Amino acid sequence: MTMAATTVTMRPSRGGVFGHLSDVLWRNPRLTLFLMLTPPLLWLGIIYLGSLFALLLQSFFSIDEYSGLINREFTLKTYAELLHPSNLDIILRTLVMSATVTVGAAVVAFPIAYYAARYARGKWKALFYLGIMLPLWSSYLVKVYAWKLILAREGILNWLFAKAHLTWLLDAWLALPIVGGNSLSVSHTGTFLVFLYVWLPYMILPIQAALERVPANLVEASADLGASPRQTFTKVLLPLALPGVIAGSIFTFSLTMGDYIIPQIVGTSRRFIGQAVYAHQGTAGNIPLAAAFTVVPIVVMGFYLWFAKRRGAFDAV
Amino acid sequence: MRSDRNQSAPVGLKIAAAAGLLFLHLPILLIFVYAFTTEERTYQWPPPGFTLKWFAVTWNRPDVWEALILSVKVASISTVIALVLGTLCAAAVSGSRFFGREAISLLVILPIALPGIITGIALRSAFSLAEIPFSFWTIILGHATFCVVIVYNNAIARFRRTSGSLMEASMDLGADGFQTFRYVILPNIGTALLAGGMLAFALSFDEVIVTTFTAGQQQTLPIWMLEELVRPRQRPVTNVVAMVVVIVTFLPILVAYYLTRDGDQVAGGGK
Repeated sequence: MTMAATTVTMRPSRGGVFGHLSDVLWRNPRLTLFLMLTPPLLWLGIIYLGSLFALLLQSFFSIDEYSGLINREFTLKTYAELLHPSNLDIILRTLVMSATVTVGAAVVAFPIAYYAARYARGKWKALFYLGIMLPLWSSYLVKVYAWKLILAREGILNWLFAKAHLTWLLDAWLALPIVGGNSLSVSHTGTFLVFLYVWLPYMILPIQAALERVPANLVEASADLGASPRQTFTKVLLPLALPGVIAGSIFTFSLTMGDYIIPQIVGTSRRFIGQAVYAHQGTAGNIPLAAAFTVVPIVVMGFYLWFAKRRGAFDAV
Repeated sequence: MRSDRNQSAPVGLKIAAAAGLLFLHLPILLIFVYAFTTEERTYQWPPPGFTLKWFAVTWNRPDVWEALILSVKVASISTVIALVLGTLCAAAVSGSRFFGREAISLLVILPIALPGIITGIALRSAFSLAEIPFSFWTIILGHATFCVVIVYNNAIARFRRTSGSLMEASMDLGADGFQTFRYVILPNIGTALLAGGMLAFALSFDEVIVTTFTAGQQQTLPIWMLEELVRPRQRPVTNVVAMVVVIVTFLPILVAYYLTRDGDQVAGGGK
């Protein structure tokens, strides 16, 4: 850089306003850097971080129970409200759902990612890539809508079960506590399926990226040394793919935790964190409690990211 | 011994991978079937009959057009803002090393790493604190913020592959900074920007969670769909709109894929 800078200064200056401006910028890389960074940093700093900070600040306010007005004095009362059993229930339900969706997504994603990374070549590789990208980028609401069609009582899934004479199996599953319900579209099973579907591509991509880096001959060496396919999977493949799985789990976990639309459209009347936030800030006007609720995903994701970084998951994204 | 790369996969793996891909695509295909159904009041499967009637009905619906036009306007302006901010940021971060570089990449990624509901409620409470009324521009403020990361990801991947000595050579040969940008840098990063812009457009066009907090009474197309999902009133029209949205979002993704397939990835991992 210094070499180039000295060469330029030895030459006669360029003419015109733009020429001068260009020279000034070239001689002062710090000024150039400052000018380049100012617009994006102002935008993100003021609009995004500013709002985020304002939100966090409000979680330390409280709402007056009688007048419904927000009392702008520092208090931890709102956080204490989070520990109320019904609110703890919401947090616990959300975390369990996020964890289940993450595990489910990892199980479904792994074979797709492994096949795409190890066996797909040429045209098939492109096909797999687009086959994962298109569902990833297609409209979120359309995907949710598709599942509303699928899970409807008169929809295709019930029809398939009836055709296969397995309606009794579906009914038995729906009769179970917690996972069951009146029908699939108003059960936690339905919510789980939609979450799994919508976030699955976010799990496939990082696992595939991690598996691309595993040399095929490692797997063969393991087999040559007498390991069964199961042993090769648990002792060789899985540990090497783990950073990818963790990277994918960041997405599935975070996205499930913050979603309020899917459980509202397919699911029971029991709330998730996102729905609680939405309800408290909306009709109830209880912004402090809504803000305190949003702190939960932020803190959980903070710990999650810290753990993921330690396991080297960021190299796989 | 070298490993044989052409060996075929175990049957179990093939079945699991194929089943997974089917799971990803069948629900979307189902939308295409429902767009033609004659059934009006339920989601009945199999459809009792097929008709093209609902396309004409949808075409003549002013509310659908209004929502579509608002969505396109919002997505276009957000994309332009994101292109400028994202490119500047990527150029600065890739071109030099300075204190706080890591913090800047984190700041750019944050709006998409944290759940959308947090961005949404943060913006809404900030608008209410600053007493900014909801408008077209409040939607843009939210959308541009999370679109920056898409452009940034695409641009930075290309900047890393573009050698800095190209710019120095251009300057040595007498071009000024602006000429270098116009004739050397832009052609190099052009396709990456186009791809990033298209993906940003697709993301903005589809966004609903942040928008519900920043739109007030206005309806973008996703908000229109959300209303229909929560309180179904015009099922056949919703089916047609859903199908059109699928087709419209597939096109930019396919184009973005062809623009960036040589080497760097489309920034899909960080939608």
